[in-house]
Amino acid sequence: MIPYLSLSIWVPILAGLAVLVLHRDTDAPRARWVALAGALAGFLVTLPLFTHFDTTTSALQFVERGEWIPRFDVWYSLGVDGISVLFVILNSFMTLLVVWAGWEVIQSRVAQYMAAFLIMSGLINGAFAAMDGVLFYVFFEAMLIPMYLIIGIWGGPRRVYAALKFFLYTLLGSLLMLVALVYLYNVTESFALQDWYRVPLSLPVQIALFAAFFLAFSVKVPMWPVHTWLPDAHVEAPTGGSVILAAITLKIGAYGFVRFILPILPDASRYLSGFVIVLSLVAVIYIGFVALVQSDMKKLIAYSSISHMGFVTLGFFLFSPLGVEGALAQMISHGFVSAAMFLCVGVLYDRMHSRQIADYGGVVNTMPKFAAFMVFFAMANAGLPATSGFVGEFLVILAAVKANPWLGFAAALTLILGAAYTLWMVKRVVFGAVANPHVAALTDVSRREFWLLALVAVAVLAMGIWPKPFVDVMHVSVTDLLAHVAKSKL
Amino acid sequence: MIAQLHAVLPEIAILVSGCVVLIADLFVPRSKRHVSFWLTQIALLVTIWIVVATAQLAPVHAFSGMVVDDMLSDVLKLFALVAVSLMLFYSRAYLTARGLFRGEMFVLTLFSLLGMMVMMAAANFITLYLGLELMSLSLYALVALQRDASAPSEAAMKYFVLGALASGMLLYGISMIYGATGHLDLDRVADATLGAQGNRTLLVFGLVFVVSGIAFKLGVVPYHMWVPDVYHGAPTPVTLLIGTAPKLAAFAFTLRVLAGALKGLEFDWQGMLIVLSLLSMGLGNLIAIAQTNIKRMLAYSTIANMGFMLMGFLAADLNGYSAAMFYVVAYVLTSLASFGVVLLLSREGFEADHLDDFKGLNRRSPWWAFVMLIVMFSLAGVPPTLGFYAKFAVIEAAVNQGFVWLAVVAVLTSVVGAFYYLRVVKLMYFDDPVDTSPIVAPGDARALLSANGIALLVFGILPQYLMGLCTLAVTQSHF
Repeated sequence: MIPYLSLSIWVPILAGLAVLVLHRDTDAPRARWVALAGALAGFLVTLPLFTHFDTTTSALQFVERGEWIPRFDVWYSLGVDGISVLFVILNSFMTLLVVWAGWEVIQSRVAQYMAAFLIMSGLINGAFAAMDGVLFYVFFEAMLIPMYLIIGIWGGPRRVYAALKFFLYTLLGSLLMLVALVYLYNVTESFALQDWYRVPLSLPVQIALFAAFFLAFSVKVPMWPVHTWLPDAHVEAPTGGSVILAAITLKIGAYGFVRFILPILPDASRYLSGFVIVLSLVAVIYIGFVALVQSDMKKLIAYSSISHMGFVTLGFFLFSPLGVEGALAQMISHGFVSAAMFLCVGVLYDRMHSRQIADYGGVVNTMPKFAAFMVFFAMANAGLPATSGFVGEFLVILAAVKANPWLGFAAALTLILGAAYTLWMVKRVVFGAVANPHVAALTDVSRREFWLLALVAVAVLAMGIWPKPFVDVMHVSVTDLLAHVAKSKL
Repeated sequence: MIAQLHAVLPEIAILVSGCVVLIADLFVPRSKRHVSFWLTQIALLVTIWIVVATAQLAPVHAFSGMVVDDMLSDVLKLFALVAVSLMLFYSRAYLTARGLFRGEMFVLTLFSLLGMMVMMAAANFITLYLGLELMSLSLYALVALQRDASAPSEAAMKYFVLGALASGMLLYGISMIYGATGHLDLDRVADATLGAQGNRTLLVFGLVFVVSGIAFKLGVVPYHMWVPDVYHGAPTPVTLLIGTAPKLAAFAFTLRVLAGALKGLEFDWQGMLIVLSLLSMGLGNLIAIAQTNIKRMLAYSTIANMGFMLMGFLAADLNGYSAAMFYVVAYVLTSLASFGVVLLLSREGFEADHLDDFKGLNRRSPWWAFVMLIVMFSLAGVPPTLGFYAKFAVIEAAVNQGFVWLAVVAVLTSVVGAFYYLRVVKLMYFDDPVDTSPIVAPGDARALLSANGIALLVFGILPQYLMGLCTLAVTQSHF
């Protein structure tokens, strides 16, 4: 049996290390090609995860186990179920896009840039596949290092502040989670997640552990009010950094909810579900309004990400199959759509070196192909039917209405708000008369950019029109998860 | 008698080689000083071989119980020898450029190492004290080696006065314990305290003074005042020496006295260590933020790290002691590399001890920037570096004994600490270089420093061997 999960982790990491050797500026072209080959290989080894996936069982698949640190009973234990498998593939796909997207844009320290993304890709796959508490933590935290460097080295003017804020915010949350992991180890004498799913815990203990895990993951998601690092990080990060940040690393926070909080702490989750739902709704509605007033495109998309991720946490804490599946579909869709939006802004930024909405206007006149893509992705971001954005939002709203019509009403406000801030931005940037000579001088997308955006557009459309394969993969696992949550551990 | 000598063979080897280097150096002309250097290195290598070859699981007491040769002392000696050897390799170019590449440097280093090794092998308060004094006096002299500069002299004076005070307190404490129990042998004192013999009030008073002495040697708050000044003022190679091997000796000292001899007073010293640990982690990490000199910053980082280590110690079980030992070993390996890079960047007439000297290091040399990156993340405790597992093991030990709140405080202070480690990474990677001169260093120093940096990463991915070694050392030594 081929260890596909190990390959999906170590192929990109080793490719990244190989790229690092080509650190001289004269090596840049070779570094790009090696990186692309590495990213492609990294993506190809994840494909069998999808094709060989058994959708009829909720058991872990592609399991690998090896003893790692015997003193603490830590295992190198990997496995995916219907919830995590899609993210491994999504991540490897995004890495491929990002390497390609940075092809001509990145001119300084090319090898380090490519290597950072490849190594990060491996670490992220590790976090999604880890079935051992310490292993997960190592991947979860190690990925801060490449992202810190990506924002700090290739970022915008306030990159140092943004990088530091990103790192410290996440570190604070995750270190408290480490204490929680160690506590669970002391109770169960094991770091295996499967053992933690079974261990009985009293409600006060569950609430304390919930607080620790919640801090770690809510910072990562990010949920209101610990979201403030995200707009800074997004605005300052280079396009590739924003894409990975929005498409993948935010998902790890949400993934933590379904992998750790819900099954390990079901009673605390139910007890505190009202609290999480309120925070999620604040994110959906309040942050939606905040997005409306942004003058910086990247900031607007960043706030829109927070708002969309609020939908995800809302879906989880409704404890219904519709809600959880909707949330997971939303996560994948948001991965594609937010990545595409950031790529679009990147295309504009590379030409004009401005992200201010006011600097644009009438882009459609000079960049018709690009304008078509941007309008399409904006529609997807607003959750238009037949795009992937619709599937998740619709399912979550449905679940919310079932739980409480008022909740459904509040959640459905996002349809108006999302459309308002996204389409208004598109209107100001893309449509109208040519605003200034700079816009008049714009050239349309290059062949590379065209295929990059087209690739994502196909994914968005496919998932919107025919979401069944995605939902099928997760269905059994979600049912199993909800059965877990329904069982009290007191 | 031969069997008795067997137990102290490494110490004898270092003593003899110290004398040989001292005499040989007299006959070596100034231009051939590297002869003394290589003699010292050969002596260290031979001693490493002796330690490994004579290592055995069961403890052997020798000279009427004055010294003990057990796994704990063997493992710690091994790391101390490696640390001293690396320190000499890293600092060769630095010393040569400053006219410090002299016989005294090697002889004093060897004698301070001898003191450390005696401390590690001590089974009696007198031996312990003798080892401590030999180590300290040699270190005072080493700090003052650069006679013509004012900062080292000032640092040496501070170190000496405060160190002498701490030694006095320690001796006073030992005398009280002797008065209360009638013994100086650590095992006998342990029997007496565990059997609740002797005057308890007197014992606790003695304990307070002993803990003060220990706290001074570890450099934890509120006995930390000497650390930043000495780290800053001493020539960087000596700072490197003070920051590494003596920590191992101080650990052995702490373990043998608190966990061994004064096990019966566990409840009392646990409380004291909690205070020391909390203050060190909090203050060390906070004040480090304000530093602009990397040696001073690393000094405060040491204070914070030793405080973290004490947290494992105060768990007061085998698990905690081995976690603390692992922490110290990890810290020493990381510290070696950190000062190694500082030494590497320094050259004739230029000290790379200012934080700004690290600006744009990634542009000047991606490899050394990467090594320093690993070092900084290891100090901050971010996986996949060795420092993470050290922190992890200590947190586990503390939580295991119910000190969850202490673990939470510790990780919160670590977040504060992460700030100044990240700042160094920021300077290296995000800023443009101000100094573009090429980095020159002898090949052996480069190779060893690279290996040291990679070791932090390799042990970070495969930590079990180092962890297992520390656990073995502690469990086989009967605590």
